[in-house]
Amino acid sequence: MMIKNQSEYLIKKNSNEYEVVIGLEVHAQVLSESKLFSSSPTKFGAEPNTQVSLVDAAFPGMLPVINEFCIKQAVKTGIGLNAKINKKSIFDRKNYFYADLPQGYQISQYKNPIVGEGSVVLDLPSGEKIVGIERLHLEQDAGKSIHDVDPQSTLVDLNRSGVALMEIVSKPDLRSLDEVNAYIKKLRSIMRYLGTCDGNMQEGSLRADVNVSVRKKGKKEFGTRCEIKNVNSIKFMQMAIEYEANRQVDLIEEGGKVDQETRLFDTKKNETRSMRSKEDAHDYRYFPDPDLLPLEISDKFINDLKKNIPELPDEKKKRFIEKFKLSPYEANILVADFETSNYFEEVIKKSDVKLSTNWITGALFGLLNEKNLEISQCPISAKNLSKLINLIKDGTISGKIAKLVFEIMSEEDKDPKIIIEEKSLKQQSDPKELEKLIDEVIKNNQDKVRDYKSGKDKLFGFFVGQVMKVSSGKANPQLVNEILKNKLK
Amino acid sequence: MNDIISKNLTELVKNIKNKKISSEEITKSFIERAEKSKTLNCYITEDFESAIEKAKKFDNKPNFKCKLPGIPIAVKDLFCTKGVKTTAGSKILNNFVPTYESTVTQNLWNEGAILLGKLNCDEFAMGSSNETSFFGNVQSPIDKNLVPGGSSGGSAAALAANLTPITIGTDTGGSIRQPASFTGTVGLKPTYGSCSRYGIVAFASSLDQAGPMAKNVKDCALIQEIISSYDLNDSTSIDYKRNNYSELLTNNIKGKKIGIPKEYRVENMPNEIDDLWQKGIKIIKEAGGETVDISLPNTNYALPAYYIVAPAEASSNLARYDGVKYGFRSNGKNLIDMYEKTRSDGFGNEVKRRIMIGTYVLSSGYYDAYYLKAQKVRRLIKNDFDEAYKKVDAILTPSTPSSAFAIGEKTNDPVSMYLNDIFTVPVNLAGLPAISIPAGNDSKGYPLGLQIIGKAFDEQNILNIAYSMEKQINFKNKINDWWI
Repeated sequence: MMIKNQSEYLIKKNSNEYEVVIGLEVHAQVLSESKLFSSSPTKFGAEPNTQVSLVDAAFPGMLPVINEFCIKQAVKTGIGLNAKINKKSIFDRKNYFYADLPQGYQISQYKNPIVGEGSVVLDLPSGEKIVGIERLHLEQDAGKSIHDVDPQSTLVDLNRSGVALMEIVSKPDLRSLDEVNAYIKKLRSIMRYLGTCDGNMQEGSLRADVNVSVRKKGKKEFGTRCEIKNVNSIKFMQMAIEYEANRQVDLIEEGGKVDQETRLFDTKKNETRSMRSKEDAHDYRYFPDPDLLPLEISDKFINDLKKNIPELPDEKKKRFIEKFKLSPYEANILVADFETSNYFEEVIKKSDVKLSTNWITGALFGLLNEKNLEISQCPISAKNLSKLINLIKDGTISGKIAKLVFEIMSEEDKDPKIIIEEKSLKQQSDPKELEKLIDEVIKNNQDKVRDYKSGKDKLFGFFVGQVMKVSSGKANPQLVNEILKNKLK
Repeated sequence: MNDIISKNLTELVKNIKNKKISSEEITKSFIERAEKSKTLNCYITEDFESAIEKAKKFDNKPNFKCKLPGIPIAVKDLFCTKGVKTTAGSKILNNFVPTYESTVTQNLWNEGAILLGKLNCDEFAMGSSNETSFFGNVQSPIDKNLVPGGSSGGSAAALAANLTPITIGTDTGGSIRQPASFTGTVGLKPTYGSCSRYGIVAFASSLDQAGPMAKNVKDCALIQEIISSYDLNDSTSIDYKRNNYSELLTNNIKGKKIGIPKEYRVENMPNEIDDLWQKGIKIIKEAGGETVDISLPNTNYALPAYYIVAPAEASSNLARYDGVKYGFRSNGKNLIDMYEKTRSDGFGNEVKRRIMIGTYVLSSGYYDAYYLKAQKVRRLIKNDFDEAYKKVDAILTPSTPSSAFAIGEKTNDPVSMYLNDIFTVPVNLAGLPAISIPAGNDSKGYPLGLQIIGKAFDEQNILNIAYSMEKQINFKNKINDWWI
């Protein structure tokens, strides 16, 4: 049985309650035109083996040369994670044989990563939670083995070979599926703000190895952990953790013990399977890559990058709350995505903040959700949405008409003023015109007028509705109210 | 013809510039000599037709501003040469034709040199006798029963036998200096970082260094100034001021302090080696230099440390030869089977031995005891040299503990083979430059070499000392063309 509340995620079995302890090793592809140690391009989806240099294919005598841009990206990410930047780091070789690993080793950072301890703040419904970062290191991606194209052979695509990855290792600080979700989203958000990783999980730019262990509630010592390799969506991470945690609890409750091992998550069967035990673990024979000198970066290098770090989600959230008086909830959803926050700020440059917030978090998010679009693909430009909001604010159109205009705008990103004119949707605010309409409504509903005057106050709404109806919704409701009240005195 | 091939580089360049001989004549002379010298087994790949064409092209439009105008040169088959098969002496690269050129060879061609072909060497430069080559051993031009040394054995033999006016080799633990010593030629291992490793088939990355081999010190200096360059394609290449070594060459070594390390007087070293060393000391003194007794206390640990570090790096460097992308492949039932067959069939015994040693010393549980300790020893050895260089400008030692040994003599005793590198290996571990010059003959008439070790980046100084000693020694290589 699972007990879920805002802060606790416990597994209950035979009257024992287990806490789930989770740590993530996120592999984030560095946003960079070229690879970590070669000048090959890194574009996603290119024809197989078209983005491969002699270095990537490990030809004899070819040597890695570090791409300074990737170093900058890693340092920037480290700054974004409030982490210690190591001025000296070392690239090591991780040796193993595989067809899509041309060198026979992966260049990675083992004992001396470029970024040390840091932290990430999670915004949970129950409040904030700080998750520790153990380290961030740079490494090369491998190529791709394709087993399902040719029945006889495995094909190898080296386009990814040598692409720069950042492995971001969290401390075992996560305790629930929601926290995992919030953590991944926050990491992604920070890296997208920094422009260091596009966070595109469909394209494999963000993947994770998930470490899971369980322990009886209240216990201090960690249980034995299992590592679930290479999970590529938040949903799968959650499914894998749920399955794995329950498996471990069942095992313990049946009197067994958890073995430290590496497991795979089968997305079709929704289960984890043993891949290799600790005893069978690869001996990677790490040693410093003699082709690369230790990487040394100066204070100036770090400070120059620090100076150019954009405002990150946490600061932006604070600013939005303080400056625009948004609720923490509103601020959270507006800052989660860099482009959304830009859109918001663009709209409120010339429009009312409260109204803009409501329209963006309401109608606009609804539209994006419905059409499954990113804000960058939003059919309505910030400029036009801002105009629409101003038309509401100055009474040119009612909220109701605005919804209609919004709908038209979602099909065609047009200036709302033009739409209103074309469709004659402008609000009727001329008192004389309105008076005519109201007189007509009163004339046609003499019986109701009598009832109203005899005390049926509730009928007021009926009259308003009738006026709106005859005006095709364009009558200015405030003015209608005023005039009606006078006429019905 | 015979006249041409026995000329040294400086003479050939002068003759070409004076238009006394053409590049074509020179090229054809060396090719003709090579055709007559197949017994030596110096070449793995000949590129003669193309060489003649290039020579003709040069003669049609000569550029005499080059430092090597139309000079044909054969190089060790560890340098990748564009469009010309490059094997590293291994079956596993038997069919490998690079689409790219190593920086060092490119530097030669940029100065007008012409590729004659690729010279035999120990497989992946692992060996001290050129007997581990997949393409067969090389016979020494000194005597048909002798090894030419290794791993640049083909290079040394070709040079001594007048198949090429100069050549280049690589030196990981003595692979230039030892064969130079065995064949009566001059060989320089430059400071680590002096010559780019880009496009050189790697053996042990932190030790590998290309260098010149020549018939005299001046030629050697000239080639060094050509091949040494700062290269952004090699992250370990070092940006420092490189001299025009041949122009600045001087035999004035007055006041130079030369260290004589007591630890190099090893057990069982033949008297003739010691005598040679004493002769060297005497020559230095006569030239106005001063010799100083020094100590390099950790010398004893150099060889064991080397035979941990070099195989460790090699085991990883050679992982790329897996039959997947290029080179030799044996078919297998599955991927692992293919790997095992390819590497079993593709590598020779010495290479396999070193891959196994390297894999072992890097394994978890052994890393600290072997690899890490060896790295610490390496640091101590470097410190020894640093200490010594506070007192002296250079160090004089024998190049090898013996003269050339017989073919087959050490093939079944790898440790005895490794011991042959005892004087050369510390230099690689410390990343220093060192030159071997011929200094005499042993009782059998085989050449013996002396080694001058310099401070890092101080190639000019050891070249000067070598130049000065060369004059005094006036060594004449006794080669009777036994194979013709």
